[in-house]
Amino acid sequence: MRLSLPARVFLWTIMGFGFAFIYVPLTLVVINSFNKNTSFAWPPTGFTTSWWSKAVSNEGVRDAITRSFTVALAATAIALVLGTLAAAAIARYKFFGREAISLLFVLPIALPGIVTGIALNNVFTNFLGELTIFTIIVGHATFCIVVVFNNVAARYRRLGITLEEASMDLGANRFTTFRLVTFPLLRNALVAGGLLAFGLSFDEIIVTTFTAGAGQNTLPIWIFQNLFRPNQAPIVNVVAAALILFSILPIYLSQRLTQEKSTK
Amino acid sequence: MAIIEIRNLAKSFGAVKAVDGVDLDIQAGEFLTLLGPSGSGKTTVLRMIAGFETPDAGSINLNGVDITYLPPYERDVNTVFQDYALFPHMDVISNIEYGLKVKKIGKSERREKAIEALRQVQLAGYENRKPSQLSGGQRQRVALARALVNRPSVLLLDEPLGALDLKLRQQMQIELKELQREVGITFIFVTHDQEEALTMSDRIAVFDKGRIQQLDKPAKIYEMPSNEFVAGFVGISNLISGNVAEKLLGKPGTFIVRPEKIELGAAKKNERNADGVIKEVEYLGPSTRFLVELDAGVTLMVLRQNTSESSIDVEAMRNSRTSLSWDIGSEYQVK
Repeated sequence: MRLSLPARVFLWTIMGFGFAFIYVPLTLVVINSFNKNTSFAWPPTGFTTSWWSKAVSNEGVRDAITRSFTVALAATAIALVLGTLAAAAIARYKFFGREAISLLFVLPIALPGIVTGIALNNVFTNFLGELTIFTIIVGHATFCIVVVFNNVAARYRRLGITLEEASMDLGANRFTTFRLVTFPLLRNALVAGGLLAFGLSFDEIIVTTFTAGAGQNTLPIWIFQNLFRPNQAPIVNVVAAALILFSILPIYLSQRLTQEKSTK
Repeated sequence: MAIIEIRNLAKSFGAVKAVDGVDLDIQAGEFLTLLGPSGSGKTTVLRMIAGFETPDAGSINLNGVDITYLPPYERDVNTVFQDYALFPHMDVISNIEYGLKVKKIGKSERREKAIEALRQVQLAGYENRKPSQLSGGQRQRVALARALVNRPSVLLLDEPLGALDLKLRQQMQIELKELQREVGITFIFVTHDQEEALTMSDRIAVFDKGRIQQLDKPAKIYEMPSNEFVAGFVGISNLISGNVAEKLLGKPGTFIVRPEKIELGAAKKNERNADGVIKEVEYLGPSTRFLVELDAGVTLMVLRQNTSESSIDVEAMRNSRTSLSWDIGSEYQVK
């Protein structure tokens, strides 16, 4: 169907505004990270890479990035294992309380982060004595599991049971069936769930605030703390710019993955 | 000796008795069809033989060994699924090799066997296609090859032709039958299509309400149905019972007469005669179907071969009076 010319102009304009609204500020962040002027006056007065080298040599930044990566990777790994097991149990076995357990699994993502944060903080400080990187990981895992579980459970439902039956019919036991049939067919759902979990964990701030020990800054917390300190602002800008560039890659990859699948 | 012995098999899903006391002996090398409407229990019996369902009661022996509670992967049977269940992430040859691979058969040997199986189902050269690149009929053949390459004692087929169009289905019926003779493996075939069952089977077990209603050769099932259900489900039957039976046939009971055994307008040359009005005429090509309302109070269907050109004008016979006749031998009393 062809739209009339005015309609097309109108729709393109709307879309242009929409994109501008999202991407102009992001571009500004990247440009400002090279801006010579400390107060980010517009237009930029000159080009410099000194903020970037300062950011790289800033111990607080490096420390926070390392911690964020560690936490996100660990939380994602926990979520992948537990989320997949839970989804398999719910999708493939009938047992008492299955629906209730399914609900309990999904509930944490609906809870306000601040409630999860306070609850975990109470438990951790009362029973573990102190907050560590381990407590951040557990805190993040509570919502990371949900996204993996949801992705994998949906895929299980769509797969149906017959392929697994066919595999066992041909002589493969449950483990071999999972290895050769179920897992390869779940792989895309695991990648999607994993990326989402990683992303959620990486920029999480509320639960982290309540579960991180003293000096255990993750990147979002470090940014939050330094955002309003005038001498740190340029470095915050650099970190933000780096994160933008860094996050383009996985998004691009996952788009490529799903496109390949749909053209097959 | 029977290759499969099923004794007193029962299975319920909630309050529904899907299978309700089935006894069945299946002979080595035979083509046995489980025929019945949906929900009659035939597929559940098949799934219990495959090991996908656990019976509530009864036993299944395969080659004299009790397999009732063995998992699917420890049974020497293979299944061709209704929706084929080909592994979408593997190409054709990997699908066929799958069973041999998990049984740890060497790479070159399993490749050789898989290629032979592919040739057997006339798909040589399709080794590296993905299932999504195949037509329905081709997927069907791959599913067949994937099961047969393992040389199981028994092959289970769960409505394997249901998704194919009529022409292809008829062609596959012939091929399946030929393949079965060639490999000599026992086939247990589930279908709700009575024509398919009659064409292919050595024996048919007709299922209804979780029970076997009759187990016999196709001709016996058709000619001598053991009860009203079998008579009605396999082929088209005219049922004559009650008052009408006494009036027309001079005896009480329930009788069937197949439509092709009744002659239309043949003047009193057979033992049974009845007059009536032609209510409906359906021209079917090779034959014409008439619905005749008899004065005795029953409507019978009559099937007449269109052997002469006069059949062009069959439509004109609607609403005219006629007489029907048939041999006493064509009546069959059912319980």
